[in-house]
Amino acid sequence: MIFRRDLSLRWKIPLRVMGAVLGTAVAVTAALVVWEYDEMRQNLEGHAKSLGRVLANTLVAPVLHDDIWRAFEILQSARETYPAAPELQAEVVLVTDADYRVFVSTQPRDFPVGSSPATLGGAYAELRAGLAGSDALLQRVVEPADSPIYFVMSPLVADGVALGHVILGYSKVSFLPRFAGLVKRAAWVTLLVLLLIVPISWVWAARTGEPLLRLADAMRRLPDDLDESLLADLPESKDEIGQLGEAFQRMVGELKHKQELEGQMLVSERLAAVGRLTAGIAHEINNPLAGMLTAIDTYQKHGGARDPMALTIMSRLERGLKQIRHTVAALLVETKTQDRPFSPLDIDDILALVEPEAHVRSVSIRLDSTIPEVLPLPATLVRQIILNLLLNAIDAAGENGTAAMSASVEDRRLVMVIENDGGFIPQERMDTLFEPFASTREHGHGLGLWIVYQIVKQLNGELAVASAPGRTTFSIGIPYDHPA
Amino acid sequence: MLRPAAPISSHARRRFLHRAACLAALQALPVQADAGALHIGLTPVFLDDQVSFLGQWRSWLEQKLGRSVVFVQRGNYREIVDLLRAGKIDFAWLCGYPYVRYRRELRLVAVPVWRGQPLYQSYLIVPADDRRSRAIADLRGKVFAYSDPDSNSGYLYPQYLLTTMGENPSSFFSRTFFTWTHRKVVEAVGVGLANGGAVDSYVWETLAEVRPELTRATRVIDRSPLLGHPPFVARGDIRPADLERFRAVLLGMTADPRGSELLGRLRLDGFTAGQPSLFDGIAKMAARVGQK
Repeated sequence: MIFRRDLSLRWKIPLRVMGAVLGTAVAVTAALVVWEYDEMRQNLEGHAKSLGRVLANTLVAPVLHDDIWRAFEILQSARETYPAAPELQAEVVLVTDADYRVFVSTQPRDFPVGSSPATLGGAYAELRAGLAGSDALLQRVVEPADSPIYFVMSPLVADGVALGHVILGYSKVSFLPRFAGLVKRAAWVTLLVLLLIVPISWVWAARTGEPLLRLADAMRRLPDDLDESLLADLPESKDEIGQLGEAFQRMVGELKHKQELEGQMLVSERLAAVGRLTAGIAHEINNPLAGMLTAIDTYQKHGGARDPMALTIMSRLERGLKQIRHTVAALLVETKTQDRPFSPLDIDDILALVEPEAHVRSVSIRLDSTIPEVLPLPATLVRQIILNLLLNAIDAAGENGTAAMSASVEDRRLVMVIENDGGFIPQERMDTLFEPFASTREHGHGLGLWIVYQIVKQLNGELAVASAPGRTTFSIGIPYDHPA
Repeated sequence: MLRPAAPISSHARRRFLHRAACLAALQALPVQADAGALHIGLTPVFLDDQVSFLGQWRSWLEQKLGRSVVFVQRGNYREIVDLLRAGKIDFAWLCGYPYVRYRRELRLVAVPVWRGQPLYQSYLIVPADDRRSRAIADLRGKVFAYSDPDSNSGYLYPQYLLTTMGENPSSFFSRTFFTWTHRKVVEAVGVGLANGGAVDSYVWETLAEVRPELTRATRVIDRSPLLGHPPFVARGDIRPADLERFRAVLLGMTADPRGSELLGRLRLDGFTAGQPSLFDGIAKMAARVGQK
């Protein structure tokens, strides 16, 4: 039971179909055989009855005339063999008189003329019992239970009086060989049909179960392998299996979406934390830094002693502190400052700025801007975004690569897409891509994308990146309904 | 049982009928005396069911006689005898018993010579598996097959035998029946339908050669004294010239190559003129049986 229940559909469906096919074949064959058996019995009986009637009619005259030899010759001709249907040949034919004594028989040695068949006992004694009474004038079929022979008794009637009977004895088993032949033939035909149907049914049944198997296989990969599950070759039919596959695809899609969302949330939470930390540290650094710079400045302007060494040190201190201020300023992206609005011309400016760099690196630049008018967005910040991303793209595109930028306005949003071919961002870098100092590059301070991210966030915009071998795309959308 | 004689309208039709008779059914032939054809009645005193042989014999006789010959066969001896006595046929191959009975009305033509003599016997036969019976007396209360009530060997002899034994032939056996030919007596006894039968020795011996399986199923328990072989006879008013002609043809069969070949198939040595006295033995038996 357990085995049968746990068996894979791969086997279960074809096996059940096979069972149905075999069962049907056997049932149909059996029904036909039974029907044929019945038919044969009926034919045999019909034949025996009509032969009995013919003999009874023909034998009236010889019996009336006591012409034993003539009667014998008639019986002989009636017993001629039919090679095609040996079962139609009577085992024995008896002609009895009104006293159930043998007038003539086909087996004179067993049934001598004038003897009573009843003396043989058994079935022949039973026959005699049936001769009495009103049945004497009717044709009857007698099947004694313990006899291998059954009898068809036809009365010899002349002028309404029964002169005797023609008794045809047929073997009960004589048609069994023919029947066995028939069964054998039927079995062969069934076997041939099965040989044809079984492989077809098997293939067909296996094909029916296959989408389920594929679905089960895809499900087994959940939840670790969402992409593979989504790609699984699921049935695309409109039937229940198709619907199931579709629902499964939908479910996997949603799971994947949720997973992505979770990943994104994690990244932006971390970036927010980093932002807060950075802002706090910058603030804490900026206050003493401003004091120190003011002190140095005061010293340089009003310091009494013009100690050249002190001046040199002061100058060195000032440069160092300014670099710190510069770095901190870069970390602290400030968007609150007043700025002029972003104009389509700004894009041309940026192109002019990056072209020398692109030229040096043999990277071609494609620019496609459909911005129709001046947008209420801070020009410096937007320019910084574009500049950073374009320089990154040129850098990544490498020798003979292409960097492209498109800018457009959609639904009161500035949409920009910066693409490059060549180098791409590996998956493991994606999670920390926008974090400060996370760059793996040899040059640069690793703040470019951090700045881009900060600006976009502060402008309530969205940023997406997709990178695969041969193509890296940064997509940015910034709404300008409510300028920050 | 007599078929009505159909008028024959033309010679062509008659020829056609002759051929048809040769091929299949001699019995179907209508009977008509004179008209140039010689009508010869045949009875089962020999194996008269060999159609091809009869055709050859008839054409040989036609050639020798210079006339067309019609063989007339009937189901029993009596019909042939009646046809002969009525002058509807000219000759007949009859048993000695009807001959002696109507000796005055008929004329003896020739007697077959079988195994060197114009004589034969009646055989009493029983089934081969009956090892007990030694004589007709052992068949009391049994079933007995006669060939024909007008047959000497197949009826008269056993009747005579029983009469001389002081038995009543009509009650000695429990049942008797006629098969109407000697050959079928052999068959009836062979299959056990009859416990005994009386048969022409010439037919039995010939059968033993051509259908040995039939005679092998029987055993001869008694042989009668030698009696006159069934002769060819002519109707009483036959023209002497016709009689002589036919007799000469029969007697001349041995000298003729085809004739002797035909005799060979009949298993006969030839024909002899014979004397009516040859059948005195039969006449005596008939007289004895007639007296009771």
